[in-house]
Amino acid sequence: MKLTVEQVRHVATLARLSLTPEEEERYATQLSAILDAVAQLQELDVSGVEPTSHATLASSLLREDVTRPSLPPEKSLANAPAKVGTSFAVPKILE
Amino acid sequence: MQLTDLTLLELAAKLASGEVTSVEATQACLARISQVDGKVKAFLRLDERGALAAAEASDARRKSGNPHGPFDGVPVAVKDIFLTEGVETTCASRILKGFVPPYDATPVRLLKEAGMPILGKLNQDEFAMGSSNESSAYGPCHNPWDVTRTPGGSSGGSAAALAAREVFGTLGTDTGGSIRQPAALTNTVGLKPTYGRVSRYGVISYASSLDAPGPMARTVGDVAALMKVLARHDPLDSTSAPADVPDYLADLEQGVAGLKLGVPREYFVEGMDPEVEASVRSALKEYERLGATLVDVSLPHTKYALATYYLLAPAEASSNLARYDGVRYGHRARDVKGLKDMYGMTRDEGFGPEVKRRIMLGTYALSAGYYDAYYLKAQKVRTLIREDFTKAFAQVDALVTPTSPVPAFKLGEKVNDPLSMYLMDVCTLPCNLAGLPGLSLPCGFTKAGLPIGLQLMGRPFDEAKLLRIARAFEREHDFTRRLAPI
Repeated sequence: MKLTVEQVRHVATLARLSLTPEEEERYATQLSAILDAVAQLQELDVSGVEPTSHATLASSLLREDVTRPSLPPEKSLANAPAKVGTSFAVPKILE
Repeated sequence: MQLTDLTLLELAAKLASGEVTSVEATQACLARISQVDGKVKAFLRLDERGALAAAEASDARRKSGNPHGPFDGVPVAVKDIFLTEGVETTCASRILKGFVPPYDATPVRLLKEAGMPILGKLNQDEFAMGSSNESSAYGPCHNPWDVTRTPGGSSGGSAAALAAREVFGTLGTDTGGSIRQPAALTNTVGLKPTYGRVSRYGVISYASSLDAPGPMARTVGDVAALMKVLARHDPLDSTSAPADVPDYLADLEQGVAGLKLGVPREYFVEGMDPEVEASVRSALKEYERLGATLVDVSLPHTKYALATYYLLAPAEASSNLARYDGVRYGHRARDVKGLKDMYGMTRDEGFGPEVKRRIMLGTYALSAGYYDAYYLKAQKVRTLIREDFTKAFAQVDALVTPTSPVPAFKLGEKVNDPLSMYLMDVCTLPCNLAGLPGLSLPCGFTKAGLPIGLQLMGRPFDEAKLLRIARAFEREHDFTRRLAPI
């Protein structure tokens, strides 16, 4: 399957990646080759087969619904690239 | 013999007898690192002060007769994918440069509680995506058996540090073979436990349904010792299994007499190095001589495992790596025009080519119009692969295969050919898709002196039997005793 540069650009937008034109070209070629290789799965008939999302879990394990201590704000914010008070700061969205 | 040439269990015995102190062992490791790591590049960063403080505390416990178990004082190191409180953790990515975790990953906490000083953080492929350690943002790691070659990946630093005798045990993670393949390429032993056997809490996620943290060491006994520390249920990880944990050292010497070992014909793949195949076949004969019965088995969907893995793992990665957006931690791009631009630029600057390639592939496989054809289809094929294993394990106790189809290749040889690189995982990744335990142990050397690995795969939570089978072979050979020429 041949991916176009436009498709690569669209996927990059979905993935929140700002690619350079060179990267778009390179990924169009490389991803096309990988998709050609994985197309081998299409030869298998899997109708009636249940999907496996986790190999060994029979069901989700849930914790008891009780409050527990969490990280204090100073620890949560310690690695923030920018912060204001006890909040993470990001560039303005609205003027 | 130097102190660093000892195995983990040998050092533990010397610590127990008082012949050696933990401070002496830790200093010996630091000296060895200083001597060889300039060539190996196994460590991304050292925590010399923290390790020596832990060693002093261990010696004080020994002196007062209260050690924290049998491995108290044995120095270890961990892959940079494990969160370490107060010690920078980057997952070998630029996007996490400067990130200092506020807590320890559970496997790290367990090592500390066992009294084991942690020397530092080990090199790896960025976000564990790769099979050669060349996608590390901080430069590749080199194989101590031939420094022009890869030690494998993604846990390349964890394997190389052991082979270079810089440390007595390490932690790695295995999503598609990232513990076993580097173990095979460096003459070390690596165990990918059953999914859920070792906690993933605090282990930076790549593909959550496949990731398995596990031990690496120089001998089978050393890996069993580390499993004693690491295997337990963790309420902090909802995928951690509340399964019984055996004493992994107790049955190690039981041998293989009476066991049935399956030889899946699909694992002797086209293009396999003839010397690798010859060593593996020779190991199979050895098992027969030791009293095991070899059974020819078929896992017919093996040929679809690579395609299945390279749809599912990137799909999960594209979701997991969405959290690196420059808001809460790690790198943030400067001079951006608004929030969306900040996300895009941060991620473009922070991620390397292999990570971007897998995020793109995963995003595509999950996108509208392609989900059913790619992602859902791969999930269904995963079911068929699991069923193959279930049928095989109805006949045999374990499966024996090559770990890697080739020995260590030259650095740079495959770096521009993703498909060729992905083939390096062809023997290991079916095990991850099925959530099974897998172990790689040394089984020979090529004429050029490069290590060859043998893979054992077992039923869920049957790690003890894999270790026993591995030990039976190790006992007959000196492969795990050979020292890399560095």
